Amino acid sequence: MRHVISALVMNEPGVLAHVAGMFSARGFNIDSLVVGRTEDPALSRMTIIVNADERILEQVRKQLTKIVTVVRVRDYKDLPFVERDLALIKVATPPGKRTEVLELVNIFRGRVVDVGPSTLMVEISGEEEKIDAFVEQLRPYGIKELARTGVIAMPRGNSTISLSDDDTGSRREGLARPQRSSGLDKREPTQAELEATPPG
Amino acid sequence: MTTLNTPPTGARANTPAGHSPKPETFTAVRTDQVADLQVIDKKVDANGLPILGATPGLSSRYVGMSGSQILMKMLAEHGVTDAFGYPGGAILPTFDALYDANINFVLVRHEQGAGHMADGYARATGKPGVVIVTSGPGATNTVTPLATAYMDSIPIIVFSGQVRTYLIGNDAFQEADVTGIVRPVTKRAYLVKSVKDLPRIINEAFIVATTGRPGPVLVDLPVDVTTNKIEEPVDDTPYLPGYKPRVLGHSKMTRAAADAINASRRPVLYVGGGAVLANAWKEVRELADKANLPCTTTLLGLGAFDERNPRSLHMLGMHGSAYANYAVQESDLLIAVGARFDDRVTGNLKFFAPKAKIIHIDIDPSSISKNVKVDVPVVGDARLCLQDIIQHVQHVERKEWFAQIDAWKKKFPFIYRDDTANIKPQAIIEAINKATEGKAIFATGVGQHQMWAAQFIRWSQPRSMISSGGLGTMGYGVPAAIGAQVGRPGELVIDIDGDASFIMFPQELATAAEYNIPVKIAIINNNFQGMVKQWQELFYKGRLSYTKMTNPDFAKLAEGFGVKGLRCERKEDLHRIVDEMIAHPGPCVVDFLCEKDEHVYPMVASGKALHEMELGVVGQGAQEPTLHPNAARELGTLA
Repeated sequence: MRHVISALVMNEPGVLAHVAGMFSARGFNIDSLVVGRTEDPALSRMTIIVNADERILEQVRKQLTKIVTVVRVRDYKDLPFVERDLALIKVATPPGKRTEVLELVNIFRGRVVDVGPSTLMVEISGEEEKIDAFVEQLRPYGIKELARTGVIAMPRGNSTISLSDDDTGSRREGLARPQRSSGLDKREPTQAELEATPPG
Repeated sequence: MTTLNTPPTGARANTPAGHSPKPETFTAVRTDQVADLQVIDKKVDANGLPILGATPGLSSRYVGMSGSQILMKMLAEHGVTDAFGYPGGAILPTFDALYDANINFVLVRHEQGAGHMADGYARATGKPGVVIVTSGPGATNTVTPLATAYMDSIPIIVFSGQVRTYLIGNDAFQEADVTGIVRPVTKRAYLVKSVKDLPRIINEAFIVATTGRPGPVLVDLPVDVTTNKIEEPVDDTPYLPGYKPRVLGHSKMTRAAADAINASRRPVLYVGGGAVLANAWKEVRELADKANLPCTTTLLGLGAFDERNPRSLHMLGMHGSAYANYAVQESDLLIAVGARFDDRVTGNLKFFAPKAKIIHIDIDPSSISKNVKVDVPVVGDARLCLQDIIQHVQHVERKEWFAQIDAWKKKFPFIYRDDTANIKPQAIIEAINKATEGKAIFATGVGQHQMWAAQFIRWSQPRSMISSGGLGTMGYGVPAAIGAQVGRPGELVIDIDGDASFIMFPQELATAAEYNIPVKIAIINNNFQGMVKQWQELFYKGRLSYTKMTNPDFAKLAEGFGVKGLRCERKEDLHRIVDEMIAHPGPCVVDFLCEKDEHVYPMVASGKALHEMELGVVGQGAQEPTLHPNAARELGTLA
């Protein structure tokens, strides 16, 4: 069964590698994994689509939670939620077929974002299935290039999945986040600094 | 009484020229105080997690200090008295600070040795083991120890050097993406990018390594991080928003567990390494005694329950006792404490404990229902959860169940036939067990000797079994024994090793000799990779593909390292040489040559259920004349 999991992770290098590595090391198959920024600059959100039974889903959730840099994990199993996938599709428009394609774009509520001599670029967003259906409709005309973002999701109503909806009571809550140096400081050292330290 | 504060053996890093003064003659003391090993009390929060970092907010206590000075200061604050490692270019600033630090530093001969020593140290003392190595190859050499510690949940912290931050990614000399390499085998791997982050990261490293389900942590230290000074106040409060190990068990669940125990007619208590890590041996014993439960342990759980207790079923699993395996298969309730239902324990999962309801007490929620579906999950610290459960259990007679268990015990004890001219490997281990009364710290390699040690030593002391269980790391024995000895000087440490395991990592004998670390190394030598040979004989038609070992003269090899070397070939010398080994004040290697065609029994072949084990000689029952006196005595106590 298809499950959508949302994971809030620390915005640090290596976290994505850790999560991806955990999935491959434990043999869990993922359909899609999307990472992006959130309302909080210290945190990123991963939206993961897994095809698995209940038992595997439970393991995926627990193994994700076990990673120290993963802050919060929630699966949308019993939760009404909105999910969106976005695709850019460059489709061939052979002579005489352009109107047909435009009609399809309208039916699926897509948007033409670029026009070439014999191609159209279409932007479409919605649930995965809708995009799959649209892609199938376009296939006969010849899809030149296709890019999809993967699924992002959010629960409906008041419920949120963020650091502040902490139910277990973090003892460090309300604490100022450490000012961290993000990224490597690629500054060349000064001559004095170099002389002050041994080679190595 | 605690042995943790005793001054350690070995060198002080700040003695003149960094050389080690040889400690005065060593006397092997066997002590019963092990059971009293205490956890060092730290300030804890409501959930039992240690509170580190003085007070939240900016602190000026590090201003003016370099990264390496901060590291030394904070190691001392975290109670680190001993560390293991090897210097090199990128870690030189740290070693320069180490020169003045009040840390008993052990210079090893290979970084893998440092990692295993820290691991053995952590298992023997309960304190985190600390390793300091250089960048590149120094750090990659610690991968095997990190993986070993990760599989067995052992808290070690590796501080590795790294090239300057501006060189990272440039393929600089001795550069390796160490955090990338070790991430799957560590609980957390840090690359420190600025000295300002260092105090916070060191605090986090100790919290992450030692709390929850413990595990190894690596901290990568670029040269400029250790040389640069902190110029303004920094906040050293750990920032771990995603890290909330549950320490106190849910009262509803502990109550449900107690109710299930009270209602059970054929329970088995199944205790793993987690009970040792949680210092829960007193509680395990209390639960078994109060609720009247038979108790079996895993390899890593050996020592958590006194095997001389009549309720003990000894070890279970692939080479566990027949009675433990039968009891598990017949049980109506299995109470797992800090155990993870490893495939070497369960055999074929489909047929594992088919009649049993399962209670699982574990601090790691991901262990629960991973392999076996659990009926009563109790997530929390084993010690605290057991204390809770003990309050609600009652004594239940269970006469029939114990009568059945006793019958199995009488029929299928661990035995072997002393019927060859050569010494039987089991006889060597029995002789060591007899001479020490099981009151020593034992390290092992991996293979037949490891299983025989598990079977024929009567384990009674917690933190006395130092063995690589999950990863099965050959070569682990020698360095782990050295680490254990550094952590518990004044106690007898014996490495029961195999010839192939020993020769995979013998160079730390030089370390033992230099610091006069008085470990005893008993090589059970059959000139084969015995366990692989056993499998080839059982499953590969006896085609011994590359399992014969052409070994050096181990006694001479030891002498070359400056370590006493002995050799034992004849049965009549066995007990004398074991005594000589134990009485020797310094490190000592004994080459016990033994019968090569001996198999470990019982054995659950892969794919088979626990009760379908091959009994081998064990199934032939005890015959008085060929039964070894020790086994006979054992039987007497069981009757």
